Amino acid sequence: MSDLLTIPAPHEPWKVSDPLFTAQQLITHLGTPLLAALITVLSPVSGYSGFFVVWLPLHVITAGLLGKYGHRKKDFANTTLEVLMGAALVVFGTFVASVMWPVVSNGIAGFHFSLLTQDASATEVDAPLNVGGMGHAILGSLIIVGAATAISVPIGVLAALYVTEVRGKLTPFVRFFVQAMSGVPSIVAGLFVYAALVVSGLLQFSGLAGAIALSILMLPTVARTAEEILRLVPDDLRTAALALGGTQWRVVRMVVLPAARSGLITAAILGIARVAGETAPLLLTAFGNTAFNANPVSDSMSALPLYVFSQMLLGGENDVARAWVACLVLLVIVGVLFTTARVVASKMKKA
Amino acid sequence: MSLDIETAAALKQTVRIVPPSDGVAALEAKNINVWFGNHHVLSDVNLRFPTNSVTALIGPSGCGKSTFIRTLNRMHELLPGAKLAGEVLVDGEDIYGPKQDPVNVRLHVGMVFQKPNPFPSMSIGENVLAGLKLAKRKVENKEEILEDALTKAGLWNEVKDRLKVSAGALSGGQQQRLCIARSLVLHPSVLLMDEPCSALDPGSTARIEETIRELSHNMTIVIVTHNMQQALRVSDYTAFFLSTDGKPGQVVEAGETVQLFHEPKDKRTDDYVHGRFG
Repeated sequence: MSDLLTIPAPHEPWKVSDPLFTAQQLITHLGTPLLAALITVLSPVSGYSGFFVVWLPLHVITAGLLGKYGHRKKDFANTTLEVLMGAALVVFGTFVASVMWPVVSNGIAGFHFSLLTQDASATEVDAPLNVGGMGHAILGSLIIVGAATAISVPIGVLAALYVTEVRGKLTPFVRFFVQAMSGVPSIVAGLFVYAALVVSGLLQFSGLAGAIALSILMLPTVARTAEEILRLVPDDLRTAALALGGTQWRVVRMVVLPAARSGLITAAILGIARVAGETAPLLLTAFGNTAFNANPVSDSMSALPLYVFSQMLLGGENDVARAWVACLVLLVIVGVLFTTARVVASKMKKA
Repeated sequence: MSLDIETAAALKQTVRIVPPSDGVAALEAKNINVWFGNHHVLSDVNLRFPTNSVTALIGPSGCGKSTFIRTLNRMHELLPGAKLAGEVLVDGEDIYGPKQDPVNVRLHVGMVFQKPNPFPSMSIGENVLAGLKLAKRKVENKEEILEDALTKAGLWNEVKDRLKVSAGALSGGQQQRLCIARSLVLHPSVLLMDEPCSALDPGSTARIEETIRELSHNMTIVIVTHNMQQALRVSDYTAFFLSTDGKPGQVVEAGETVQLFHEPKDKRTDDYVHGRFG
């Protein structure tokens, strides 16, 4: 009996294609750009931007009509939004690509391994690419951003804990100041540290001064992200831990923070991403240097954005090429950092 | 009008009925009144919970059972706008006394919640021992404590080979027994359970009821339940809470479970336990 029973092959009936509808889709989505191109050629509007101006509204309308009257009825807004989202993807994809492409192509074109290991102390203007490098700037960036992270992540997480866990009387003020700080222009952060710490003689132009300026910019990003992450920790866990006789601090340390761990790492990464490319606040604090300096408290220090800036100012063909390489290096460093942190976070979650 | 006075008088009388006054009460609530902001949610609750017994709190939703049980280990005060009047005596001492530390109170009066809530970032073993870490207790014989608590909660045989696995891998019923084990590690003298089986299947429920009966040999247990059969099965004493017409919740009747279910003194109790309202 059971031998006769035929098991049907697995299907996905919700994905079965509908030839008529597919045809209508093809006509709409291929025909509209063609029509738009035709209009652009025949009418006074011209060029890519002219095409875009004609095409987008036209496609929104045709897609809407497809949705409303097509073989498989959806909704006018449904298909219209699909087109708008597609257009948005194309526009921003173009932006990203047009930023990334020159950085990658110029960066690779000018790349010499010695650029990563040497400093620029003996490099003359427009020196060949295999002489001198940006090692000092890479080291400086790592030290400055690392120190800024070490300053702002603990403070930012504590501020977020105050707002979400302690819920003390100052909560509205903390929120307000964090929000106000996120609007501070980066040069103002640099000026503040310059005026408060450098002019007053507390610090030299140094990596630490730069790190403090960057941490002012980083703090609101970290605090706001961390606050949102901590809010996602279910209240059940806090209640359970409190009912087990935990003090508030131990509840936070043993239950709330571990539950939010990967999110807090994201908060730190977002903070780093916010400041890794900052130039303005470093001009007045770290000041820039052409030689290696690993001491964050004494003497000025370079950083990749400062290196890019100074090389562009020099203006020679090879100097500009070096600046492109530095841009690529900065991108790669931030990218590697992102990936590592994501991998570490997901590993910790699994464990 | 006269009827109102009669009802009020009757109510007053029934409110005073408490489980037996003989023997040592591990836990006693005296004149408990509870408010959220200005909203009076519980009025004049007097209950004694005899040592090593199980007391069930029954009543329709919104009558204040869960609110009441949270006053017994000072979890109530964590809710916004919480207010309270009255005394809760644990071994004769008022836990709301000026010198009492809520953290210390919760070490003596444990609690299990409606929804199983193991800590997701910890393994099964770490979850059970979390109370020790939270309370900063240093112990030598962790393995022994772990096995003891899990055995008491009826979970040892199911998890002994995977103590290092994340607690999220357990089923709902197992998670709830894990939460019970977790609260047993601190050796509380009283265990509060707020609808511990409402999210569980009948098999797990039976398993937990068995656990409750076993634990009650040397522990005082208070359990909130919506399940009459469960109250009958597990409890020695029962208190019936009711809140009518937006008035604060009160204890209508309290006494030995068998008596309360079979010969209730109050008409409303009779109606409720026989499913005629609520």
